[in-house]
Amino acid sequence: MNATATGAETASFEALTLCLGGEVFAIDANCVREILDLIPVTDVPGARPFVNGLVNVRGRVVPLADLRLKFAMPATPPTVDTRIVVVEIDLAGEATVVGLLADKVYEVTEIARSSIESTPEIGMKWRPDFIQGIGKRGCEFIVIPNIVRILSSD
Amino acid sequence: MAGGPDPVQTFLEEAADLLLELEGALLSLEEAPDERALLDTAFRALHTIKGSGSMFGFEAAAAFTHHLENAFDRVRKGQIAPTSALIGLALEAKDHIRTLIEAPAQADTALGDRLLARVEQIVGGGGPSAGAPPPAAAAPVRDDVSVTWRFRFRLAPDAMVMGTNPLLLLEEIRTLGSGEIVALGDMVPPLEEMDPNRCYLAWDVVLTTTQPKSAIEDVFIFCSDGMELTIEQVASPTERLGDILNRRGDVAPEVLENTAARQPRLGQMLVSEGALSEDRLRSALVEQQHVRAEADTTKVVGPAANTASIRVAAERLDDLMDQVGELVIAQARLRQIIAASDDLQIKAIAEEIERLANGLRDTTMGIRMLPIGSLFSRFRRLVRDLSRDLGKDVLLTTSGEETELDKTVIERLNDPLVHIVRNSLDHGLEPATERLEHGKGPQGHLHLSASHAGTQVRISIRDDGRGLNRERIRAKAEEQGLIAAGAKLADNELFQLIFHPGFSTAREVTSVSGRGVGMDVVRRTIDSLRGTIDVASTDGQGTEITLSLPLTLAIIDGLLVRVGRGRYVLPLSAVEECVELSREDDLRHAGRNFLNIRGELVPFLRLREVFAASTPPDLYQKVVVISTGEKRVGLVVDQVLGDHQTVIKSLSKLHADAENFSGATILGDGSVALILDIAHLVACGQAQEQQRSAS
Repeated sequence: MNATATGAETASFEALTLCLGGEVFAIDANCVREILDLIPVTDVPGARPFVNGLVNVRGRVVPLADLRLKFAMPATPPTVDTRIVVVEIDLAGEATVVGLLADKVYEVTEIARSSIESTPEIGMKWRPDFIQGIGKRGCEFIVIPNIVRILSSD
Repeated sequence: MAGGPDPVQTFLEEAADLLLELEGALLSLEEAPDERALLDTAFRALHTIKGSGSMFGFEAAAAFTHHLENAFDRVRKGQIAPTSALIGLALEAKDHIRTLIEAPAQADTALGDRLLARVEQIVGGGGPSAGAPPPAAAAPVRDDVSVTWRFRFRLAPDAMVMGTNPLLLLEEIRTLGSGEIVALGDMVPPLEEMDPNRCYLAWDVVLTTTQPKSAIEDVFIFCSDGMELTIEQVASPTERLGDILNRRGDVAPEVLENTAARQPRLGQMLVSEGALSEDRLRSALVEQQHVRAEADTTKVVGPAANTASIRVAAERLDDLMDQVGELVIAQARLRQIIAASDDLQIKAIAEEIERLANGLRDTTMGIRMLPIGSLFSRFRRLVRDLSRDLGKDVLLTTSGEETELDKTVIERLNDPLVHIVRNSLDHGLEPATERLEHGKGPQGHLHLSASHAGTQVRISIRDDGRGLNRERIRAKAEEQGLIAAGAKLADNELFQLIFHPGFSTAREVTSVSGRGVGMDVVRRTIDSLRGTIDVASTDGQGTEITLSLPLTLAIIDGLLVRVGRGRYVLPLSAVEECVELSREDDLRHAGRNFLNIRGELVPFLRLREVFAASTPPDLYQKVVVISTGEKRVGLVVDQVLGDHQTVIKSLSKLHADAENFSGATILGDGSVALILDIAHLVACGQAQEQQRSAS
């Protein structure tokens, strides 16, 4: 709204907001390819628990990641609201398509960069390097995760 | 047409690409003369054009390119600078190479010689030291250049009385080449005046032949007395009818001009004017057609053949494949819904769509896949010519030609294989005398083979030559500073050094190899295909270079099995047999996990345990016996579902740690199934067996 009025290109960015374990997360909308209803998932025995699934996204075999496990949230069973957010990110120099499990997807919204605060050193129950920053929208806090870092971790 | 694409056509397409690459590199080099990578690119393009060119019989182009390559070698060594004069000259030379390749008949050898002389001028003396001229360079004269001749002959009136049979003469003319013969009857008198023993006819002949003019004259050697014969060469394929008539002297230029002013149908009008007989007009028209047709057939060597095949960007095929995948999935869903319907009309349409979707899938897969034999067959000529040039007797054998590989992969494998084969022939295989001294047969042996090995296609090039010289590689690497003096290296690490750019242990540069650029091409190409190169070599026994390429795009026949709730695909080629797991074998849980198959002990793995399946096991479990060569392992599964055409999709880096799987595929209903990594599972089974026997 008033964030775009400044005219500066980097004043704000578009983000997709979604729900993970009751918290609101925001993912840069530029890397989101599509949002799918939950489709059959194939288990990958022996893979790390947070990426132990594969889905078929338009004829392409795509790994499915459950970020909740990385944030120490319980892996609740899927509901009617569960969605797969398909993102394309750069993993070790290779463009990789990954599906992210989301409890619920809200909307695409503008987040003013000025409202983003760096990750507080203390008072965080999560690994600080998994968080790019904390944005604010109204009185609500939005977590901006560092997806590349999360997926590259063991 | 089982032969696959015409290799010469493929070469022409590749050469066109390489020439473009060369041009781009030269132009960039003009702006940035210090850019080493550009120089290397230009040099590699020249080197490959030369190599492939001589392989497909473009000797003139290869010989010419060789000289240019020599010049650029000196630039690479820093002996001369890449001045814009040199680059301009190189661009001109590049155009000449294109002519030599695409339309050798039209190539101007004088122009080529002039260009080479100028190259020599810029490069300066010392040229010969840069490389021995290739054998074909001495005489770039092509003896098969076709020339079109036009001649008219009228036999002496008493020729037939003297025993000449005009029909035999015409036959003889036809043997010289392709041509058209038109009889001119305008001198035939009215019937009552005609003497049947006299020859009144004349003939116009248009002949395209590789024979010299004297061959035509020789036809008439026994009847030349009193005959009229005019022979001349036809110059332009687009000659107009008026010009042809004019040149033959059938119509005076003034008449032509007058008539032409009144347009159209020049020939018709000349006839109606009485200036030209119908026969002569027909003859001239035939010549016009013949020469045009001849010009067309020569063009076929060039771009005209493109209608037979088109080149499509690989991404487009990927997109097509993805969309077909989606179609198959949508179709599977349709089938499920239709099963519940009673509407026969809709059912019929659904079946029709299913048939079309399956056909489309098969066609799409087929577009990309080619047996590697089409690549191997290109090497017969290369090996034959090279072994002759080098004075070595070499036998080329191949196996596994039916191994299917993605078309783009096959195309890109051509250059690396050319370089490896050339290296083997030049450095690896010894001359016959040396072979005999070492107690080997006089004939060298080169073997090309391809096979599926787990998730990979292996292509190996094996020779029984002298093997790689470890000391010389080490010395050269130390000299070039690639390794520290005295560094300890495993054989494989040492051998990998031969793929380093500019690395060559050859003492002299020949037209075949020794510049240290070829193996660099090999590694770059294989790297870009995400493959690996292994080198094995035994002194005096030979060298084997194995290229392992991921099977990412390949299709395999698979066996679909179920373990717990999951479905998995096994490469059918690795499956030996399926047997039922007997109750005794099953209950011997704590004891040995061995199966007695016809008296042989085969260790088995319970995939339910490996994959931690949570559902209760099926009552009658099956054992699928798989093998990699001589090692066998049984895999216990819940159910064998049947065979499945498997399009292999690679797993992302996120699943690099899931060692049991080599890839994934999409099943008919749209779900994903994992492909089992046979090599890994066999190793696991064998390890289990060893543990057992150790304890």
